[in-house]
Amino acid sequence: MRLVCPVCGERDRREFYYQGAALAQPEGEEWGPHWDDYLHNRDNPAGVTRDMWQHEQGCGAWLIVTRDTVSHTVLRCDLAVGARA
Amino acid sequence: MRVEDKGLIDRDRPVVFHFDGREYQGFAGDTLASALLANDVRMVARSFKYHRPRGVMTAGSEEPNALVTLGLGAAQEPNLRATTVELHEGLWARSQNRWPTLGLDLLAVNDLFAPVLGAGFYYKTFMWPRAFWERIYEPVIRRAAGLGALSGDPAQDRYERAFAHCDLLVIGGGPAGLMAARAAAKAGADVILAEEDTRLGGRLLAESEEVDGVPAVAWVEEIVAELAAMPNVRIMTRMAVTGAYDQGTYGALERLAPEVADRAHAPKGAFWRIVAKRTVLAAGALERPVTFAGNDRPGVMMAGAVRAYLNRWGVVPGRSTVVFGNNDSAHRTAADLQEAGVHVAALVDSRHYARCDLDVAFYPGAQVCGTAGRRGLEAVTIATAKGETRIAAECLAVSGGWNPSVHLACHMGARPVWDADRLAFLPPEGAVPGQRAAGAAAGEFSTRACLESGLAEGLRAASDLGLKVPKMSVPSAGDAAYDIFPLWQVPGKGRAWLDFQNDVTVKDVELAARENFRSVEHMKRYTTQGMAPDQGKNSNVNALAVLADATGRGIPETGTTTFRPPYVPVPIAAMGAGAKGKGFAPERLTTSHAESVARGAPMIEAGLWYRPSYFPRKRERTWRQSCDREVTMVRGSVGICDVSTLGKIDIQGPDAARFLDFVYTNTFSTLREGRVRYGLMLREDGHVMDDGTCARLGEQHYLMTTTTAAAGQVMRHLEFVAQVLRPGWDLRMVSVTEQWAQFAVAGTQARDLLNGLLDEPIDDAGFPFMGCGPVSVGGVAGRLFRISFSGEHAYEIAVPARYGAALFKELVAGAEAMGGGAYGMEALNVLRIEKGFITHAEIHGRVTAHDIGMQGMMSGKKEFIGKPAASRVGLLDPERERLVGLKPVGAVKELLPGAHLFDEGAEAVSANDQGYITSACYSPTLGHVIGQAFLRRGPERIGERVRMVDHLRGSETVCEVTGVVQYDPDGGRLRG
Repeated sequence: MRLVCPVCGERDRREFYYQGAALAQPEGEEWGPHWDDYLHNRDNPAGVTRDMWQHEQGCGAWLIVTRDTVSHTVLRCDLAVGARA
Repeated sequence: MRVEDKGLIDRDRPVVFHFDGREYQGFAGDTLASALLANDVRMVARSFKYHRPRGVMTAGSEEPNALVTLGLGAAQEPNLRATTVELHEGLWARSQNRWPTLGLDLLAVNDLFAPVLGAGFYYKTFMWPRAFWERIYEPVIRRAAGLGALSGDPAQDRYERAFAHCDLLVIGGGPAGLMAARAAAKAGADVILAEEDTRLGGRLLAESEEVDGVPAVAWVEEIVAELAAMPNVRIMTRMAVTGAYDQGTYGALERLAPEVADRAHAPKGAFWRIVAKRTVLAAGALERPVTFAGNDRPGVMMAGAVRAYLNRWGVVPGRSTVVFGNNDSAHRTAADLQEAGVHVAALVDSRHYARCDLDVAFYPGAQVCGTAGRRGLEAVTIATAKGETRIAAECLAVSGGWNPSVHLACHMGARPVWDADRLAFLPPEGAVPGQRAAGAAAGEFSTRACLESGLAEGLRAASDLGLKVPKMSVPSAGDAAYDIFPLWQVPGKGRAWLDFQNDVTVKDVELAARENFRSVEHMKRYTTQGMAPDQGKNSNVNALAVLADATGRGIPETGTTTFRPPYVPVPIAAMGAGAKGKGFAPERLTTSHAESVARGAPMIEAGLWYRPSYFPRKRERTWRQSCDREVTMVRGSVGICDVSTLGKIDIQGPDAARFLDFVYTNTFSTLREGRVRYGLMLREDGHVMDDGTCARLGEQHYLMTTTTAAAGQVMRHLEFVAQVLRPGWDLRMVSVTEQWAQFAVAGTQARDLLNGLLDEPIDDAGFPFMGCGPVSVGGVAGRLFRISFSGEHAYEIAVPARYGAALFKELVAGAEAMGGGAYGMEALNVLRIEKGFITHAEIHGRVTAHDIGMQGMMSGKKEFIGKPAASRVGLLDPERERLVGLKPVGAVKELLPGAHLFDEGAEAVSANDQGYITSACYSPTLGHVIGQAFLRRGPERIGERVRMVDHLRGSETVCEVTGVVQYDPDGGRLRG
């Protein structure tokens, strides 16, 4: 698997750290179901998914990767900065 | 036997080799298989289950029978195909799965029991008594069945891993592959041409035909010379592409030529990862057998393989040959044999309409229905319309048609597509992005069609890559149409083999169908058809046809099993090349490493770091003696410890302060410059992630320390917060762990020691407890932090890493002059347990700030990561296991980390579990064992007694619950 880091270019998957689904962190300090969803509840889509990866062995940039879990096509690789998940 | 004047072997270079202890001679250019056939060695193996005699059947990596073991001892390599083993001087090969010898194999008795050894026999026959399965049946069955064995010693073979990138990867160097590579290379593409064989040419090396008006081999040589001269072409022979993966990545196994691999320190091969923008799959096609009774006898071979042995190696497998097939491949074999002067006893063509222009006994519309011979083929029985005829022959050349090698087109989950005209599965289009098939792999079976499709796909790839496409023509070559008539199995009595390698017969597949294993995937697992190294290369299509017949379906509806990498077996040693020892876990060494080792300190792993365990002195015989002395030394005078392995993160920027307020539970914006504060960090789920100190070096400049273990995780987390959660904040961070060497100087005489070394002496006013600032040591600019992990008056002094080794020596020498010295991890651990400080033994990922008694550090005045989740009621429950100290008070004085705690009177079962011990040590300061533990309602139970029970190590101790801090609880020594 290969990802195109917007900073470094196309690199092997081994350079990247996979975190998980790209979700917006809820606002506020009150615990609630929205926090539960953010922390624990995940979809497992057969199809397009957005996840957080870090180019840990490269520039350190956090990326939002849009990919297809069925075809394994990587559709987009965006810098997380400015692209609020 | 060898035929004069034929073949591409070098007859001036004889090669002596051994098989099963006997000496033979072959020639350079031979494979082990061709050399054995040249020496009339027909039986080379025993079959997997029935121990039937088996001979060479094919001339390539699809060989199911001729598996041999090379080498001895740790270098022993089993299950190599004799058809792909290059003959070389000193080659020592052995047959497998026989006892005591290949000729007299006592386990051949299995063949007599064949009626009860059908598919799934072990599920049915060996049911009772139940206990016998593990102790008797399974070991016996495992011993009786199988292939070659590993030596059991650690592998000594050296492999390497390698990476390559290209515009176009051409898989297969036959006519299609050569044309594709040439076309794309002429257009300017970077091309890798990967060929599994030792030389390029593919089927052209095995046939007697012309291309472009010259002998095919001459044409190949011309093209190869042209490609080799092009700087943008990389020809890689002995390179089997084993798997297709995402985004144009391919795995490939390269085996070095024996004369190269035999050199000292040379690797045996390399596992490649090749990344290609485009790929042309020109892997050719594999001839499939026909299923008839006794089709597994040595001497029964593929018709195309017989031609390959004749044309490429100058070998004929028998003095008299019967050729049998359902397509023109059979005719071609008969013609080549006759032309070489070998007797063709009969040409049997199952096509009733077939014609033959050869001078040979020709049987159209007939089939071979049986064979005879004890250790090799002696006679063939032919079923014609008029009845059965028996013909003496040593070799039976069989062709059931050709199967395109679709594997690499199907590795990403797609199924191949059935073609009813060619009676073959073709590669699905677009199943592997960027990859297209050409030549025989795409079902183009004539040489001319292969050249044409290779050229077209090469040009197409070049054009896809945006290159200007040159004008090129297709060379002239044979273009006979592929004519085939369905023939899957010949009816008749006796066992007819489908999968030779796994000893699967027609009856097994029929049995599977009867027992309702009708899905092809179920049938495969029930019968083992197409499993293991074979991966269905020879057998799959025939087995599908039998299953389709048995279940009343067509072949396309029956479907195929899943194609999975690797295409050819890959040694684990090759895939894992470079990932042993330091390649698996690189070593990180501190600047004091050499000095610590020189002082005899055993080094222990801390993540990838190596840290000294203790520094033994004369007359100290156990680690405990050294450890106790080091602890006493710190408490009594001064000790030195390298703490450089702790993560150090430099954080700067206008928003650095609010950033730290957000990532720590407590506040850092209020920290004054020149001061240090202890901080606690939570994960977003509210549990403790890490702890450490953070110093404010300037208004917008902080230096964070993390624990050694969590340094990487914390850095990643901070980047996540800065880039994802708070992207607008203006700050930057960088890890400076490697840039600074840092040493703890701890003990009552710490300041005196430092003042002997620092260019300007320090005092309590300039460096109060939790103060920090710049210092100068021997003219070197450093940093000094008055922090303590030992509970003593202590400092940590940091200098640029290049001065670390020198400073460590000076500090230790100074400490020793004061009655102190260096201390290691054991003493560090004791010192911190005495003081109730925590490590990742306590903050192991499942504890909250509340659990470790630090709920007060969670600021109510600001938001911080983990705050909402940490407020969950369940995480604040007083019933939770919370941190306490322990000391033994009964007769037994042992505390064991990992042991569980129970109420004194309660039974030691999990329902009564009250908690567990995380850390324990002997405290020389207090004179007894102490520990830390998580205990239900812990802080409320100080003074109570609990029972420690360690079921694993069989230990029980009565303990008293104490406060976490067992030594100097009011911290007077820290500040003193």
